[in-house]
Amino acid sequence: MFNFQDITTWIHGMLTGTLGLPEWAAILTESIGVALAVITLYAVFAIFLIYMERKVCAFFQCRLGPMRVGPWGTLQVFSDVFKMLTKEIINLRQTDRFLHNMAPFLVVTASMLTFACLPWNKGAHIIDFNVGVFFFLAVSSLGVVGILLAGWSSNNKYSLIGAMRSGAQIISYELSIGMTMLTMICLTGTMSFSEICADQAVNGWNIFRGHLPAVLAFIIYLIAGNAECNRGPFDLPESESELTAGYHTEYSGMHFGYYYLAEYLNLFICAGMAATIFLGGWAPLTIAGLDGFNEVMAYIPGFVWFIGKAIFVVFLLMWLRWTFPRLRIDQILSLEWKYLVPISMFNLVLMALVVAYGLHF
Amino acid sequence: MNSQNIMFVILAAIIILSSIATVVTKSVIRAATYLLFVLLGTAGMYFLMGYTFLGAVQTMVYAGGIIVLYVFAILLTDGAKGQDTKARIKDASWGFILALVGFLVFLFMLLKQNLFADIATLDAPQEPAKCAATSIDSIGNTLLSSGEGGHLLPFEAVSVLLLACIVAGLLIARKR
Repeated sequence: MFNFQDITTWIHGMLTGTLGLPEWAAILTESIGVALAVITLYAVFAIFLIYMERKVCAFFQCRLGPMRVGPWGTLQVFSDVFKMLTKEIINLRQTDRFLHNMAPFLVVTASMLTFACLPWNKGAHIIDFNVGVFFFLAVSSLGVVGILLAGWSSNNKYSLIGAMRSGAQIISYELSIGMTMLTMICLTGTMSFSEICADQAVNGWNIFRGHLPAVLAFIIYLIAGNAECNRGPFDLPESESELTAGYHTEYSGMHFGYYYLAEYLNLFICAGMAATIFLGGWAPLTIAGLDGFNEVMAYIPGFVWFIGKAIFVVFLLMWLRWTFPRLRIDQILSLEWKYLVPISMFNLVLMALVVAYGLHF
Repeated sequence: MNSQNIMFVILAAIIILSSIATVVTKSVIRAATYLLFVLLGTAGMYFLMGYTFLGAVQTMVYAGGIIVLYVFAILLTDGAKGQDTKARIKDASWGFILALVGFLVFLFMLLKQNLFADIATLDAPQEPAKCAATSIDSIGNTLLSSGEGGHLLPFEAVSVLLLACIVAGLLIARKR
């Protein structure tokens, strides 16, 4: 299995040995390099996901989607990005300009911090603590502040209502996400993403290992994750028919672009987390007994596995989004508090019993 | 001066400037935002010391929980608009006395523990890896054990407090 750590140790050795940099300067250079890589990946994935969303949406509605710019409309998103970059950022009168300009950065920072938690390959973890899952949940809750501030500082009733809906929804569904992750931590016995993946490479993917409670947790996670990204049947914070565009109505140019970026990347992060925790992260598919098959699968590098699994989950989430009609706010909150939270609590107890009696594979 | 110290100075500057901005600013919602930066800076300090668990808790509970609660409360009440300066000045005298008492207690503790002397005699700052010996397993075991060094009683006491909060919340929110 290809180990990315070989490359990172080689780079570190080159910086300290060949170039003769002191330890702190080498680490600083590496940190800047990693940050640039994260930002580039962030932009590249956003462009890919926007194209994918438009195409998937179009096929679900029996259309073709973007076709004019470039072959199969592949250059459409690039031209959209350039349009967004050149648009004017409009300052509003009678608003708190400082908070209004800061809010998109809070949202995008929270999103980037969670993006950095994803395990890309064996040895390619950017942020990897012993409390990785907890850190992920903690920084993902920072984005709510940005959304609430955006709604308030726009000085617009629609924005404020959108922000309040979004805040209530995200805070509620965070509970289910935390509970399902706790269920899977109960199975793996560790909170660090690298150990979770390494464990699944040896013992098989968690969704097969944990059978019934794991599948239940996976379904709850997909529903709650969709709600957390303000997408799918849960997109009423920005429901265009009643609130124009929700909390980012008053934003223009690249400030709106940041919300757009964060929305799509949160979709990818949500899918990537599902891939990490349930579907094995970078671990290849192995079937006990079929040694030749396992050998072939192990030749496919880890990042291909990880991105492939994440995009599969992204497709599932897009399928959900373009299939179901939008819910009302009371339906959303009662779904969470009356159904998902009790089910996931029961599921946690079930998983604890399964682990305690050794009933998993 | 190593990289640890440089990061400490940056974080300390963020914390101090944001705390001053929190109390100086006129708008309540801006004060809440600056407070968010103070709390995030504190979380950064914990990460710098290698206490990743404490840092994550700080981010989750204070930055993600309490600040969101504050912002919600400000948005739902008219605190976002109302800036009654007279009331602020009236409250300021009490606030000043409280702050002075707090500062004196802080100074007393600082001088009593001889921290300055300790810092002067400290040769090298410790490696972060050495401080980060506490794992999530040991935290969980200590929190839920009733033996020596266990914290089961305070843990249960806090759960009673939370139950009381839930009951009180239901009492306020119930339909009359």
